[in-house]
Amino acid sequence: MAAVRPLDPGPARRPGEVLLDVRDLVVIRGTRRILEVDSLEIRAGQTLAVVGPNGAGKSTLLLSLARLVRPDAGVVRFAGRPLGPGDDLAYRRRIGLVLPAPLLLSASVFDNVAAGLRFRRVDAPEIRRRVELWLERLSIGHLRDRHAGGLSTGEAQRVSLARALVLDPELLLLDEPFASLDPGTRAELTDDFERLRRGTATTCVIVTHDLNEAARLGDRMAVLLEGRIRQCDVPARVMAAPADDEVAAFTGAPSGIRGRVVASRGGLVVVDTGAAPGTDLPARAEALLDAAQQAAMGDDGDAAPDR
Amino acid sequence: MTGAGDLLEITLLSLAVSGAATAVSVLIGLPVGTWLALTRTRTRHLALSTVNTGMALPPVVVGLVVALLLWRSGILGGLGLMYTPGAMVIAEVIIATPVMAGLTAAGIGQLDPRLQIQLQGLGASRWQMTRWLWREARMPLLAALMAAFGSVISEVGAAMMVGGNIAHQTRVLTTSIVLETGRGEFGTAITLGFVLLALAFMVNGVLTWAQQRGPRS
Repeated sequence: MAAVRPLDPGPARRPGEVLLDVRDLVVIRGTRRILEVDSLEIRAGQTLAVVGPNGAGKSTLLLSLARLVRPDAGVVRFAGRPLGPGDDLAYRRRIGLVLPAPLLLSASVFDNVAAGLRFRRVDAPEIRRRVELWLERLSIGHLRDRHAGGLSTGEAQRVSLARALVLDPELLLLDEPFASLDPGTRAELTDDFERLRRGTATTCVIVTHDLNEAARLGDRMAVLLEGRIRQCDVPARVMAAPADDEVAAFTGAPSGIRGRVVASRGGLVVVDTGAAPGTDLPARAEALLDAAQQAAMGDDGDAAPDR
Repeated sequence: MTGAGDLLEITLLSLAVSGAATAVSVLIGLPVGTWLALTRTRTRHLALSTVNTGMALPPVVVGLVVALLLWRSGILGGLGLMYTPGAMVIAEVIIATPVMAGLTAAGIGQLDPRLQIQLQGLGASRWQMTRWLWREARMPLLAALMAAFGSVISEVGAAMMVGGNIAHQTRVLTTSIVLETGRGEFGTAITLGFVLLALAFMVNGVLTWAQQRGPRS
């Protein structure tokens, strides 16, 4: 067997320092640029939540970060060092990957969780110690010797998480890890995961289409629309101040309505939005307009501009 | 055929030739089939079509080609293999390898393609990933092995042409059955037929047992 070229770890990243740095990443499928990321930084100890609608390129981005999708252009720096084609295996042995489906191997729960450690040639007593520790931490110690084929979806996804966390990865990449679960199981596992992640201070990138989950788990939140990162900021700011109309439409924030001031009487401002009566406006904006119209009518008895 | 000693000799030679040919077909067919299932190159489609055609190779054509190669004046005539068990193994390998490769490719092709991504994401090297994929596909792979063995133990055309059905040298069960039937010795032919069936049944029985006990281990 060919020896794995070790990846120079460089100085350990302190929390807050940039662990993964992505520049000008482009993935092309056929003639379409399905992913185009000018710049993305993931800081040590933090969780970046990537949100976006289906087909926005979230999974492609995550697999590019795992070096399992080969980008057509761009540089990824891990701990300050650019990753070359020969580094893939050594790099992947420092990260963890959890996919939407548990994709367990047809073996025992123990063997599933031990798989990644065996790939890394960790010795047997250490494998046993770490696997048992993580099975307990994810509350699946009693499933240790069960065959993976007979588990419930929730149990299987716990095994899938244990399989990645047991590796003590420097970077954990998760693609919709809770999407396949029913709401109750999902809430429970999300809580457990969040508790464990805070405990280990693992750097994470989590892909989800659930904004609440992203806001809850993410220290930062990147909104990916049509292959491009349109906004990347702390979740509260993304939700409160969307960068543009499309981000606002995705997050469901009441977007601003552009208009022109047509009259100003006694402190009341009448704004022409150009919208015809009956036009679908966001509820809050509609209520404001109604209030403004009523106020205008009540103020001086004139019919307000009926627009 | 004269007696039990001859019957044993013929049976053992059948097993030896088929076993050797199957073993070689696994050594070639398993990696080739795996490569066909995992590769994404342009030549894959052509290669897969070729292998699938190979699964339906008429044994007499294989016998003819091997005979032409091994004939005294043929390219490999110098090896002196014509009418030896070695020649029979060569012909049977040509028959069994496409079966092994084609069914291996189909078996691994049935696995969830995301499994490759997950295994590599866990830090598996290509070889470590391949071994897990074989493990995951062990049922279809054992079926491929059974099909490969079945195709050679029951084969008669090529064995006759390149082996020659020479008593005590290249006479196997299938060629003996042809001979005895031609002579009108139906009793002997039926006995040989039963031995052949029993042999095929036993080997497949062992493989089926291995296949069935696998998934819940």
